[in-house]
Amino acid sequence: MSWIDAILQGTLLGGQYALYAAGLSLIFGVMRLVNIAHGDLIILGAYIALVCVEMLGLHPLLSMIIVCPTMFAIGYWMQKLVLNKTLGNDILPPLLVTFGLSIILQNVLMEVFSADSQRLQSGVLDTASLQLTDELTIGWLPLICFVTAVIVIASLQFLFYRTTMGMVFRATSDKAEIVQLMGVKKDRVFALAMGIALAVVGIASVFMAMRTNFDPSVGPGRLLYAFEAVIIGGLGNIWGTLLGGIIIGVSQAIGAQINPGWQQLAGHLAFLLILIFRPNGLFPRTKD
Amino acid sequence: MSNHVLNQPILYTQKLTAFYGDFQALFGIEFHLNIGETVAIIGSNGAGKTTFLRSITGLLCNEPSSVKFSGQPIGASSPDEIVKLGIAMVPEGRQLFPSLSVEENLRMGSLSGRSGQWDLRNIYELFPVLKERRHHGSMDLSGGQQQMVAIGRALMANPSILLCDEISLGLAPIIIKDIYRALPAICSEGVTVVVVEQDIRQAMAVSDRVYCFQEGRISLEGRPDELTTEAITHAYFGLEDAVS
Ligand SMILES: Nc1ncnc2c1ncn2[C@@H]1O[C@H](COP(=O)(O)OP(=O)(O)O)[C@@H](O)[C@H]1O
Ligand SMILES: [Mg+2]
Repeated sequence: MSWIDAILQGTLLGGQYALYAAGLSLIFGVMRLVNIAHGDLIILGAYIALVCVEMLGLHPLLSMIIVCPTMFAIGYWMQKLVLNKTLGNDILPPLLVTFGLSIILQNVLMEVFSADSQRLQSGVLDTASLQLTDELTIGWLPLICFVTAVIVIASLQFLFYRTTMGMVFRATSDKAEIVQLMGVKKDRVFALAMGIALAVVGIASVFMAMRTNFDPSVGPGRLLYAFEAVIIGGLGNIWGTLLGGIIIGVSQAIGAQINPGWQQLAGHLAFLLILIFRPNGLFPRTKD
Repeated sequence: MSNHVLNQPILYTQKLTAFYGDFQALFGIEFHLNIGETVAIIGSNGAGKTTFLRSITGLLCNEPSSVKFSGQPIGASSPDEIVKLGIAMVPEGRQLFPSLSVEENLRMGSLSGRSGQWDLRNIYELFPVLKERRHHGSMDLSGGQQQMVAIGRALMANPSILLCDEISLGLAPIIIKDIYRALPAICSEGVTVVVVEQDIRQAMAVSDRVYCFQEGRISLEGRPDELTTEAITHAYFGLEDAVS
């Protein structure tokens, strides 16, 4: 029974990782940009949520109403003012600039909020759980997080394949120069994509901050999970990202079941194994 | 060939130059386009034809006054602004969006938001085969059909000027005939057309006026009936070939 429990808890944890990864996947899909600052942006979102909760007395889940639009605006302007200038035929400048952003974010957060560990208290949600059988219980918070991840991924899928904006995203991903000949400002498309990606990051931030302690230095760890989920699922495949998150979550839970110290290691091992056997991920995007 | 040409330039270039880094690809191009006419640009590979079209559409930036459209300087405008003014291009190599279906590719063309005659229904009338295949991926189509999508996509912008870069390249003669059959219908909608064409005979047959490019300069300009084969050969291949 404990194995089933591990798989169940791991799956739910995978929803959290998928939320980390969805924004990264979107950005890579639209503009071939690998955002090294992604993890630190998750932490930034968590601090914005912290401020909302402490100053306005909002429940953490409700703080998303402020966190997500704020993160959207940050993403939009960060792309427009900084990152668009780095995009070109060379992949090195955006890597270096987002690496720089990552360090700046960490230091600014450290300066403003100190290195103290923080956590968002979510009241009854912290402990409330659902009894499935005598031995199986799942926490409401992980369940809400997982369901949210599924809804976010489905919405992104809908946006990408069923709306005009999504059509423009896909076209820009194919041929950014030609999109301009259609009357579209490609810089604006990139800024919108980054805005949407960071709005999703905002959701991930709030769940992370409710479920684990965080401080300004833990961003790169989230980036790693997000990377692994994106690559396992296949670059540019949105549903694959959810599956990638679940695979890492389940591997970690199984690893922890065998030996509590193996949780992280098991997740990275699963990632390595999949890379060895399927270097392009499980579901690579075929139309290229 | 259109018979409603007005002797009134809708577009002209003045001392237009273009550079790729240190390499100069165009030298002081003086070109004009009258409302309603069909102009062909010929010239050997690397003569600068594509570079010229890219300069007009804003993909290459220039002095503002080096390109004028309806009297307005557009040389420094961005591609999205220029298509909104009414200049659309069928780019060299078609450049369809592979992730998009045929119909989505066509819809991309209408994003410039210009109203006019051309909509999906008209494009499907012009190229019926595209209607049958509208939900296919654009890469599932034959070369000729892909070219029809590229032309349809440009028309969806309801342009007043349509620039076509080598629309017959790599296609079988019978397909080329099919594609050029659409030209009169396009012109009769009042669209001014520029075709870049390697096939001199094809260019002469469809155009009111011809420009020949050679090594980044205009080496010849005239009406097809005025130009002798000798003059064209000379303008096309240049002096070195005449000597050797
Ligand atoms: N992206 C580029 N970078 C550098 N040189 C280029 C580029 N594109 C074209 N050229 C050069 O510019 C000249 C004109 O090219 P192009 O306009 O493509 O000619 P055409 O369309 O008449 O075949 C050629 O010498 C070509 O090598
Ligand atoms: Mg060319």
